[in-house]
Amino acid sequence: MNRLWKDLTNGLIKENPTLRLVLGTCPTLAVTTAVFNGIGMGLAATAVLIGSNLIISLIKKIVPNEVRIPVYVVVIASFVTVVQMLLKAYVPALDKQLGIFIPLIVVNCIILARAESFAAKNPPLNSVMDGIGMGLGFTLALVIISSVREILGAGTFFGIQLFGASFKPALIMILPPGGFMVFGLTIAAVNRLTAGKKS
Amino acid sequence: MENTRFLVSSSPHIRSGESTQRIMMDVAIALLPALISGVWFFGLKALWLTVVGVAFAVATEVVMQKIMKRPVTVKDFSAVVTGILIAFNVPVTLPWWMVAIGSIFAIAIVKQAFGGVGYNFVNPALAARAVLLASWPVDMTAWVQPGADAISTATPLAILKGTEATGVLPSLWSMFVGNIGGSIGETSALALLIGGLYLIYRKVISPRIPVTYIATVGIFAFIFSGFDLAIVPYHIFAGGLFLGAIFMATDYSSSPMTAKGQIIFAVGLGLMTSIIRFFGGYPEGVSYSILLMNVVTPLIDRFTMPRKFGEVKARA
Repeated sequence: MNRLWKDLTNGLIKENPTLRLVLGTCPTLAVTTAVFNGIGMGLAATAVLIGSNLIISLIKKIVPNEVRIPVYVVVIASFVTVVQMLLKAYVPALDKQLGIFIPLIVVNCIILARAESFAAKNPPLNSVMDGIGMGLGFTLALVIISSVREILGAGTFFGIQLFGASFKPALIMILPPGGFMVFGLTIAAVNRLTAGKKS
Repeated sequence: MENTRFLVSSSPHIRSGESTQRIMMDVAIALLPALISGVWFFGLKALWLTVVGVAFAVATEVVMQKIMKRPVTVKDFSAVVTGILIAFNVPVTLPWWMVAIGSIFAIAIVKQAFGGVGYNFVNPALAARAVLLASWPVDMTAWVQPGADAISTATPLAILKGTEATGVLPSLWSMFVGNIGGSIGETSALALLIGGLYLIYRKVISPRIPVTYIATVGIFAFIFSGFDLAIVPYHIFAGGLFLGAIFMATDYSSSPMTAKGQIIFAVGLGLMTSIIRFFGGYPEGVSYSILLMNVVTPLIDRFTMPRKFGEVKARA
């Protein structure tokens, strides 16, 4: 039980995929212009991650080593397709906002990295826990970054106007350079906060 | 950098009175004529914005160095120079808090986060200008005519470009003394030239980068305009070319070290500026071309490294 808990919390801060392992940088920079998009992207990736980790962990014994990457990609792509169809049906607004970045979850390196380095070596239940933890860690990072960017760059939070009409949002924050800056500063802040703790 | 106790450089060990503080004070003095002309043409608001820029730059430096537990080095005047340059790079109509944000960004992110004075990878003032321009493009291009009435106007370069603004080009004399629309410190080529000559006289900068840069812009303006000689002086006196060439392209830590490297750097600047002015989306390209060449500087340094005495070129 202790082991499962550890696998779950591992992805939140200690090995946070975005802020610690610096994986999945492309969706992180691209979709964090608004909190809604950030959460949507994070949860979609989490769903795929849980599913693909479970299946890959189950089939790890029967997949020949030489073709494991194509097999993993097929598994991941199936889950992405399911998620995309669900989003299209139930939250078309989010699907429209995220656009190409939903199908691109297939090549999100967080998911492939967890398949390779965790699910292919660990039992199914642990892999699911790892998927949940990593997915939530990814979502957490996206929410932090997108909050900063949306508040400063658009003056809104979840689309709600925060300031009066005299507030002039800093456009750069919702442009790519602002994304890089907030991303870098968030990593710096997390490093600073966790510095000194034993790894 | 800040650890002066173990400073060992290669011989000969000759002492000179040169210090960061003296150099930066000279730069601040050299910026005074441009400040006077800015206040003369744009009113006391120009002085106020400069004070805001300097105050926030110095305060940010102190706060950042305290947070990062480094020795506080505000006495070296480099933050003062950065603050002045930020105010010089914005229109006089800009709200003061935008200047403050520019100063905070320049010092906290571009300078201190990369290691302090001498370690900034691009010019902090120009990076701040780029951030401000991307954040508040409307406020950053709200040019006014010199004088008390604050009539909005276009810059000569915008008129030359023809896509954003129409109007009559001011006379060359107005452009030379600075009686035109533009950022606070960039309009008066005359005042900047006085400051530049002072810096060259004091041996703070070498004329290599500014002269090559300005000449390259002149040559490319001549070529790109279809060999129109009349347009060349406009391109030379307009925009931030003098401010950029004299005070920002010569930044020690973000320009090449060798003479050959500095020439390559300056020609690159001139080419980039002319390309942006003639073919790019913006009417002015001085700040972006300096930022771009700043990033290329380590590469230029690498290829123009002087050979060690007795070193033989390796056979390919």
